[in-house]
Amino acid sequence: MFGNKLKVSLYRYNPEEDKFPYMKNYIIDKPERDIMVLDLLHLLKEEDQSISYRRSCREGVCGSDGMNINGKNGLACITPISSVIKRNKIELRPLPGLPVIRDLVVDMTEFYAQYEKIKPFLQNETTAPEQERLQSPEERDKLDGLYECILCACCSTSCPSFWWNPDKFVGPAALLQAYRFLADSRDLKTQERLEALSDPFSVYRCHGIMNCVNVCPKGLNPNKAIGEIKSMLHKNKKDIIVSDGV
Amino acid sequence: MNNIFTNNIKKIEFDALIVGGGGSGMRASLELAKSGLKTAVVSKVFPTRSHTVSAQGGITCAIASADPNDDWRWHMYDTVKGADFIGDQDAIEYLCSEGPKAVFELEHMGLPFSRFENGRIYQRPFGGQSKDFGKGGQAARTCAAADRTGHALLHTLYQNNVKEGANFLNEWFAVDLVKNSKDEVTGVIAFSIENGEVAYLKAQATVLATGGAGRIYASTTNALINTGDGLAMALRAGFPAQDMEMWQFHPTGIYGAGSLVTEGCRGEGGFLINKDGERFMERYAPNVKDLAGRDVVARSMVLEILEGRGCGDKNDHIYLKLDHLGAEVLNSKLPGICELSRTFAHVDPIYEPIPVVPTCHYMMGGTPTNISGQAFTRINDKDHLIPGLFSAGEAACVSVHGANRLGGNSLLDLVVFGRATGKHIQSELKSGGGVDSATKSDIEKSLERLNKLNDSSNGHDPADVKKELQECMQNYFGVFRRGEFMKKGLDQLSELKEKVDNLHLKDKSDAFNTSRVEAIELQNLFEVAESTAISAYQRTESRGAHARDDYPDRDDENWLCHTIYDPISKKVSKRGVNFEPNKVEAFPPKVRTY
Repeated sequence: MFGNKLKVSLYRYNPEEDKFPYMKNYIIDKPERDIMVLDLLHLLKEEDQSISYRRSCREGVCGSDGMNINGKNGLACITPISSVIKRNKIELRPLPGLPVIRDLVVDMTEFYAQYEKIKPFLQNETTAPEQERLQSPEERDKLDGLYECILCACCSTSCPSFWWNPDKFVGPAALLQAYRFLADSRDLKTQERLEALSDPFSVYRCHGIMNCVNVCPKGLNPNKAIGEIKSMLHKNKKDIIVSDGV
Repeated sequence: MNNIFTNNIKKIEFDALIVGGGGSGMRASLELAKSGLKTAVVSKVFPTRSHTVSAQGGITCAIASADPNDDWRWHMYDTVKGADFIGDQDAIEYLCSEGPKAVFELEHMGLPFSRFENGRIYQRPFGGQSKDFGKGGQAARTCAAADRTGHALLHTLYQNNVKEGANFLNEWFAVDLVKNSKDEVTGVIAFSIENGEVAYLKAQATVLATGGAGRIYASTTNALINTGDGLAMALRAGFPAQDMEMWQFHPTGIYGAGSLVTEGCRGEGGFLINKDGERFMERYAPNVKDLAGRDVVARSMVLEILEGRGCGDKNDHIYLKLDHLGAEVLNSKLPGICELSRTFAHVDPIYEPIPVVPTCHYMMGGTPTNISGQAFTRINDKDHLIPGLFSAGEAACVSVHGANRLGGNSLLDLVVFGRATGKHIQSELKSGGGVDSATKSDIEKSLERLNKLNDSSNGHDPADVKKELQECMQNYFGVFRRGEFMKKGLDQLSELKEKVDNLHLKDKSDAFNTSRVEAIELQNLFEVAESTAISAYQRTESRGAHARDDYPDRDDENWLCHTIYDPISKKVSKRGVNFEPNKVEAFPPKVRTY
């Protein structure tokens, strides 16, 4: 339809000028080689300084440029345009479900608040040894697939439960981190962490929709971590009943 | 954002203000958050987006895990030698001897280090590491969390800042330092990127922890945000920079993309080959081969390419071979590298070599400081502390890296000196130290640049000027340098100066205006580039990362010294190197071979 041209349909919103957001089309020459979506945005911004988006490392480790690319959340810097072009068209929107500050930039306050809520730091009040605390390779292996999260918010903003209750449901990203500390042999606040998650919303609003797994640009599996938390909660509840009985 | 006057900007007061939310900034902030002093970190990005996150291979430190007999003095020897003898030995001694404490603290904070069978922290070999002062063979001294050590470190520091209730001004951009009439630093002018609000952030202590400026080059491993903001602010305020000619080119940036491939790949047994499949480092560094200093490896690669033995259709890169390590080692020790090379080089290192090329990586120079992070200027060839100003990490030049940094020493630098700076500020402010207030006109001066940009109705396009600047630095101040070429580069820079001073900011809006940020960043890059170019032209020898065709030898008689660049006169002077460590005998200069 567009021959050697590429149509980029970009979500635009500047609160100082626009009453409502709108989609703006940019027709550009199809790049000769396969480039990343972030490079495509750089090309557009050279033409139109007013386009706004976040970016930093440009290699998929800092988590700045999560956005909705042709309907699916992902990181612009590691998404080749060849993998997303549909009929010579690419549609770029901000991450869904969070307030838009401008163009592709969303307000992540609520997302970070959920992260802080799970107490994302090691808790071990015993006197630290002079050297490191020991941890076996097997214990350390349990943190793989958890600690690598880059807080890009692709998962939480693709989750219908998070859209519905962003203030009460912790969301896949922060729950992955909640489990990262539950799984750490050095952390001693397992009981307190579980209690803080035991209400009907924090964890239990996850209904296993699995969008989080589908979009995670680091290949992590928040759904599995949430399952682990649920079984820990379940076991914990039984333990409490048993000990009450005694 | 209209013209900003001092009368209508908000003033927010702090005891200590840290500009930059990477490793050194957050380590300093952690120290201060615990102290009860009113502290804030101003960061232009959410802290975990800082460039520390991209560090891969690890943090080098003699924690005696891989080798129970390891000794920080051996680490010190390696660092002095790696620096080609212009690292300050009192600072290197502090780095290496305090290092273990700083690393164990990180572990206690929760950093998920990889482990040995005995439960201790995993350490891998890196370039330039030896046992027994170079006599005992290769050491394995780099503590690692797989190949994501920077990510693990930065997130751990952020998490512990959350724990301690530290204050963050996230997505605020610091524009310029504010100085009072006594040349003391009293804070910064900054604006909120989110809504354009401008404020004078007043502080008794201002710490520049803004990292490097690799974006002065067209090809770099550095994040897009590495624009030397703090160093440039100091230069504009008239404060000097040290050793700015010293830029590290990392041997293994992914060809075409620039992304870093950790030296840990070679530490785990990978090696470089030319188009004939020859392991050419055996010729250049017969003893340690691929684990020679980064400057040595980068130059050897460029020579291979220049002599026609490069790989690919254009013979313009080198291959890093890893497939012989096997899928298991690669997946467990180097998972991030596998991911990056699949994404950016379209090769799977389990089966094929990665195309790599030396790529700008690290700024050894910076704002000169002592080991407590106190910045100083030079008056009558003597160090003179600048009240109120501190710096740590890549932005600073303390100087532990001298003419060439060893792999894994940057993360150690961040935590050791971020921590030292935080501790020093705490004791200084608690014992009544501080600075006088700035007047209205002092503050107005620091608003000039922002106002000029906001008033611009014509001028040059920042994107175009940035490309010109990066090409100029890449062409004339790269791995190999020559006087006549650098002269051309200097001429081009003076032409660019006029453009940089007259940028046209088309978009004047306040809400998340990244074009305004980028225009100011470009001006910062220029300051750093200019100081680099002038210092490089002046140093008429080859040492560490500074390699000149026209002066191929090291010249200890004339250049066993730091360079100090004065931004006002744009002249370079010399400063002595410290050869007076406290606990050991100094290591005298000798021929540096690997």
